[in-house]
Amino acid sequence: MSDELLSYPRRHYGMDHDRYRWSMLQDRAPIVWPDNKPLALWINLSVQHFPLSGEKPVVAPPGALTMPYPDLRHYTLRDYGNRVGIFRILTLMQQYQATPSVAISGALALRYPRLMERLAATGYEWLGHGWNMLCMHAGDIEIATESEWIAQTREALEAFTDQPLKGWLSPGRSQTANTPELLMRNGFSYQCDWVNDELPYPFKTDEGDMTCLPSCLELDDVFVLTQNLHSEESFVQQVIDAADLLIEEGQKQGGRLLALNLHPWLVGQPHRVSAVKRLLEALLVERSDAIWHASPGSIVDAAITQID
Amino acid sequence: MTEIVQFPELSLYDYSPYDERPKIVWPNGARLAFWVAPNIEFYELDPPINPHRQAWPHPYPPVPGYSIRDYGNRVGHQRQMALLDKYGVRGSISLSAALCEHHPEIIALCAERNWEFFSHGIYNTRYTYGLTEDQEREMIEDAMDTIERTVGQRPAGYLAPALSHSNHTIDLFAEAGGLYTCDLFHDDQPTWVNTRSDKPFVSIPYSLELNDTIAYVVQKREPRRYGESIRLAFDQLYAEGADSGTVMCIPTHNYQVSCPHRLRAFEEALEYITGHSDVWVTTGREIAEYTIAHGRQQLEGNAVVPSA
Repeated sequence: MSDELLSYPRRHYGMDHDRYRWSMLQDRAPIVWPDNKPLALWINLSVQHFPLSGEKPVVAPPGALTMPYPDLRHYTLRDYGNRVGIFRILTLMQQYQATPSVAISGALALRYPRLMERLAATGYEWLGHGWNMLCMHAGDIEIATESEWIAQTREALEAFTDQPLKGWLSPGRSQTANTPELLMRNGFSYQCDWVNDELPYPFKTDEGDMTCLPSCLELDDVFVLTQNLHSEESFVQQVIDAADLLIEEGQKQGGRLLALNLHPWLVGQPHRVSAVKRLLEALLVERSDAIWHASPGSIVDAAITQID
Repeated sequence: MTEIVQFPELSLYDYSPYDERPKIVWPNGARLAFWVAPNIEFYELDPPINPHRQAWPHPYPPVPGYSIRDYGNRVGHQRQMALLDKYGVRGSISLSAALCEHHPEIIALCAERNWEFFSHGIYNTRYTYGLTEDQEREMIEDAMDTIERTVGQRPAGYLAPALSHSNHTIDLFAEAGGLYTCDLFHDDQPTWVNTRSDKPFVSIPYSLELNDTIAYVVQKREPRRYGESIRLAFDQLYAEGADSGTVMCIPTHNYQVSCPHRLRAFEEALEYITGHSDVWVTTGREIAEYTIAHGRQQLEGNAVVPSA
């Protein structure tokens, strides 16, 4: 066996890469959110296109088609989110005056312009979410191909919104070694793929610093409901437990962030949507004194001046 | 006749039925020895390829897997540490030794609290598989030397990195000065372990069943159900401990148990356990030293060597 297995070229202080500095959340200067609220709440809706294709991506994203072509079963279950589920969720968001972001597959802008118009009318912040759920930013994808996916996504989404797109969430939170630089070159200033923190932090790229606004995989609806196979009731309980713990920490130690990612194709189903209603009630009504609910761009803006 | 046995059965321990052993009495007449073993690990972003085991399912850079483990050190560690402080538990850390170099701040916080540090290899992305005996000895001694150099005490215990073993692992660790292994899951009481050097060496129960990663990732338990499992295990072992002392371990990971939606369940279990009298809240090393001081005969009575 080669000596490489006992050789440790990056065994030194800090991280074993140069993307960000090592620091512990509790050791940083406390973050203060607007109105001195202990907890910032970011809700994201992932609005996704899973192409009907027999092609297998390098890495399968959560929710990927699994059956031989044509996998109509999973294709249509995912498309349900864009036709029905999203409108149920939007109704609830309006009812509770929530301000989620929407992370959108670029290809959907070409397929469903009427959906784009409806999403644009909400005024919610849009995030780039890759071209489609087969275009995985993973492995040895050609840099030109990956760059094209990002540029196309921006162009397709900007045809429907006047807002400058700043944020990016990759399909499956996956990145190649080039993704951060390509995002910067295409005008994105923050990304949400690294789930290693509970506050925004500076993320180094060859094109200058961007911000990482960490999303949360462990409380993602797809992860909890379809991977862990927990009940909707447990999902709601877990989110409430998280909020209560973070509120308490936020009061003692400085502002915290709860990132909640929902998929209309999953929680927009009629037997699940009441769980979203319970969540919004618990977070935006019962805990309104403690929670600053805001768009991800606003959260980044509020944090960025307070972090080093 | 010389026969090369490629996969020999190991004679790690003798056979002794649970209810036929001499009575174990813990210090101060305690019925149950309780310890918590936080795994504090470093997973490399780009480890060398080991042909026997792939470190990451995701191609480089493995952002999803790497970033949640980094979360454990950046966010989760201090959260769990505060909880263990609250309930008077000193952690027995299963430590990736390279963390002494990468994150000395974590080591200092634990050393201040007089926590135990035991060896969990160099990195959790470096496996025992494929190493020659000399290479494995080098790895084991490197980890022990690194920890001893940093905290001033040679580790007494070993949990092989990522639970990867060779036929020699336990012999080599005993020869390097170790006293106990956490790698064997065959019992709820300490067991004398046969090693080729005949040094006193024991197995201390480290429950894989109550390990948070096994509970959350493999068994996909709901957080509150995990808390309930811990309480049920305690009730049983505490009752049996009236007849002969038992051991209960909760192995944790800062990227699992410290997630804000999960910590409450762990806290309720800790509150329950530490609220009982006759519980020896201790460390792995203290259980091992106590066991060894009382001798093999006291531990297993008339144990029999299993025939091949």
